[in-house]
Amino acid sequence: MSDDSSTAKAAASGEGSARGRGTAGSGSEGGREHGAQVAVTAGGGSAVSAGSSGDPARAAALAFGDAWTYAPSVEARDHVKLASRYELFVGGRWVAPSSGRYFETLNPATEEKLAEVAEASEKDVDLAVQAARSAYERYWSKLRPLDRGKYIYRIARALQEKAREFAIVESLDGGKPIKESRDIDLPLAIAHFFYYAGWADKLAYAFPGQNPRALGVAGQIIPWNFPLLMAAWKLAPALATGNTCVLKPAETTPLTSLLLAKVIEEADLPPGVVNIVTGAGATGAALAQHQGVDKVAFTGSTEVGKRIQRQLAGTGKKLTLELGGKAANIVFEDAPLDQAVEGIIAGIFFNQGHVCCAGSRLLVEEGIHEALVRKLRDRMATMRVGDPLDKNTDVGAINSRAQLDRIEELVAAGEREGATRYTLGCPLPQRGYWFAPTFFTGVSQSHRIAREEIFGPVLSVMTFRTPDEAIEKANNTMYGLSAGVWTDKGARSFWVAQRLRAGVVWANTFNKFDPSSPFGGYKESGFGREGGRQGLLAYLEVE
Amino acid sequence: MARGSKQDAGRGAPQAAGEGEAAAGEASASQEGGFAQPARVGIRKAYKMFVGGAFVRSESGRYTQVPEHAGVAGENRENVPRASRKDGRDAVKVAHEAWAGWAGRTAQNRGQILYRLGEMLDARRGELSGSLERGGVAAGAAQAEVDATVDRAIAYAGWTDKYQSLFASLNPVAGPHFNFTSPESLGVVVIVAPERPALLGLAGAILPVITAGNTCVVLASTADPRTAITFAEALATSDLPGGVVNILTGSVAEVLPHLARHVEVAALDLHGLEPALRKSVEEDASGSVKRVHARKLSEEGWFDAAATESPRWIERFVELKTIWHPAGQ
Repeated sequence: MSDDSSTAKAAASGEGSARGRGTAGSGSEGGREHGAQVAVTAGGGSAVSAGSSGDPARAAALAFGDAWTYAPSVEARDHVKLASRYELFVGGRWVAPSSGRYFETLNPATEEKLAEVAEASEKDVDLAVQAARSAYERYWSKLRPLDRGKYIYRIARALQEKAREFAIVESLDGGKPIKESRDIDLPLAIAHFFYYAGWADKLAYAFPGQNPRALGVAGQIIPWNFPLLMAAWKLAPALATGNTCVLKPAETTPLTSLLLAKVIEEADLPPGVVNIVTGAGATGAALAQHQGVDKVAFTGSTEVGKRIQRQLAGTGKKLTLELGGKAANIVFEDAPLDQAVEGIIAGIFFNQGHVCCAGSRLLVEEGIHEALVRKLRDRMATMRVGDPLDKNTDVGAINSRAQLDRIEELVAAGEREGATRYTLGCPLPQRGYWFAPTFFTGVSQSHRIAREEIFGPVLSVMTFRTPDEAIEKANNTMYGLSAGVWTDKGARSFWVAQRLRAGVVWANTFNKFDPSSPFGGYKESGFGREGGRQGLLAYLEVE
Repeated sequence: MARGSKQDAGRGAPQAAGEGEAAAGEASASQEGGFAQPARVGIRKAYKMFVGGAFVRSESGRYTQVPEHAGVAGENRENVPRASRKDGRDAVKVAHEAWAGWAGRTAQNRGQILYRLGEMLDARRGELSGSLERGGVAAGAAQAEVDATVDRAIAYAGWTDKYQSLFASLNPVAGPHFNFTSPESLGVVVIVAPERPALLGLAGAILPVITAGNTCVVLASTADPRTAITFAEALATSDLPGGVVNILTGSVAEVLPHLARHVEVAALDLHGLEPALRKSVEEDASGSVKRVHARKLSEEGWFDAAATESPRWIERFVELKTIWHPAGQ
């Protein structure tokens, strides 16, 4: 995102009405947070002078008027042809579900049906696991490792060629802005296949003296927030290490996994090496519990992750879990504030906040709280919420009605428990699932919005006075997936990073990902790592 | 008959002074069914659990009795504390309190302390092998087990400042960022030591866990809890901070389920549990997403140094943290 947040493009009256009052839900704008009459041109942040409530300087706010109203720039989708119905991809063939049942997948931005997708029953899952086992024994385990890698390279190449199509379908099916699916999801997914393809023939060097061996059949269950990227995170390392896979995409976002199955088919992978079974929770449970699966990899909520861990108790199956988070994003007084604001925005509003590692708890050193909140509001005023296929869009549609309900419930709890809400006043489309970017101030650690994963564009702002207090508050959570720290002092950033109980720490940056960089949680955010050499371990037996 | 005689004689090294007399006494006692007065009355040790660096009885006041030798029924028995649920919770508390200090020591200092443990174990060779013999292990095998235990401590003393460079990585991310991954400790690990080998299995399970900066609560072998306590006496004199290793004796099936549900426990390392208990404990552990490692090595397996001193044993008990930082002007 660009860093022109503090440059006012225009001045107009009162921010609340500046861009038209939206339909962001009744009462979504905290009355106490309304901007006043004065518009300020803030150059490099100097315009913000903290003062007490009622102080004209405090009341002053940036207002952009119509200057930020962009003409729509909608990605063309005429070259994307979706089938009206998708079957299961099992043993290299497209097969109808034994149940005969299909479910609809919707475009969350319009609530229109995109396609019908097969619902895999226990029996279908069984067939898929059998196909994977047979493919493991007949082909995949006998293949020269370099050739195994070549198949994975083929997948990466084909995805590059079809990247635009995949990006559009990802945005259609999941609601994420096209600029994210185009510039983040697709490039990262492709990079993941490229990265792990190269490991296939180098495993003995990755774990010298430890005799690394494939496990067999991997059952993989992925969430709806990064549908294709999560498929890549699961399939690429599993295939590179010599396992065969049964992958279950989320029920609200099955389409890019099914397009990926098509790519895999076209890449001539041996039949059954990758099987895609679509369905909801019951399909996932059938896969996780299947006796023929040697390894289960799950990304999703902590609640479901615990259930899977419980179901696998005593079976000796290998399990990795990448679960929820409630990341602290700590901003010290000496931080480069404009960059920190960009990081905060990227941390919480990226992908509508449907990010397990989202920086959803902002911990601000007390002295800069007001200034930072001001800058945050100003920067939010430039955000565009709307059509995911519009290339200008910053925040797309909430993935599903169920998720919107969950966000609204927690936001209501935040108001009930006494935190102060600020929601960006912006027009929202009439149809579809939407939630405008929101933050709460005056949040205490015991509030639900500070403890529970909201998985939406909702930030909880808290303060601290000393570095020790920041650490104490940051670690006061059952989660431990990620965290952020913003400071100009190198020694302090490492001191903080060492003490944060989280698997990924972003110092002076946030929400960065790379296939070579291990990702995964501490505590109840799960165990195992994805990415990097360490990510191979999830799919290998070593001594 | 001959009550206590072997006990008195057998404590410590088998050739302890006074044994000849005691053995003779035992022989004479059988003649008359009367009382055989040993030449010197021995001292009996009160066996206590090791928690927070101190030797303690169970808060419950309960005990179990352990036969003098495996297979000897009835008479010659010694009392060993039977840990309660509260003993387990107390141990987790002190282990958790000790964690930051232990993990915060330099890796080199942890190595010095583990090397010191090796020295203390070596100095107690006779006592340890005697204890194993009283637990039913033949003399030669007992000495071999003690040797292997001392060696294992030395091997892990060397690992404390080296595993990091094997697990860590500098990650070549596609962007202007400095990105690296390094291991950190998990926290409190609950260990169920194998029944046998009672000494080598105990030490072999504890060493990788504390090498990585974790602290632990250990449920000792129920077949030979005395040896675990004698091992704790070596720990107590090895400069290991109190609370880093806590050893409880008693019934695993009674205490373990509570520890498996304790949210301050980060991981379980279960050796040789019977399947039903293992399953229920793993179910309990899912409540707070504990890392669970359940294994059953053969007795010989514990003597396989190449396998049990592999860094993989340490890797099970670390978290990996990845740190990103932009590189720019």
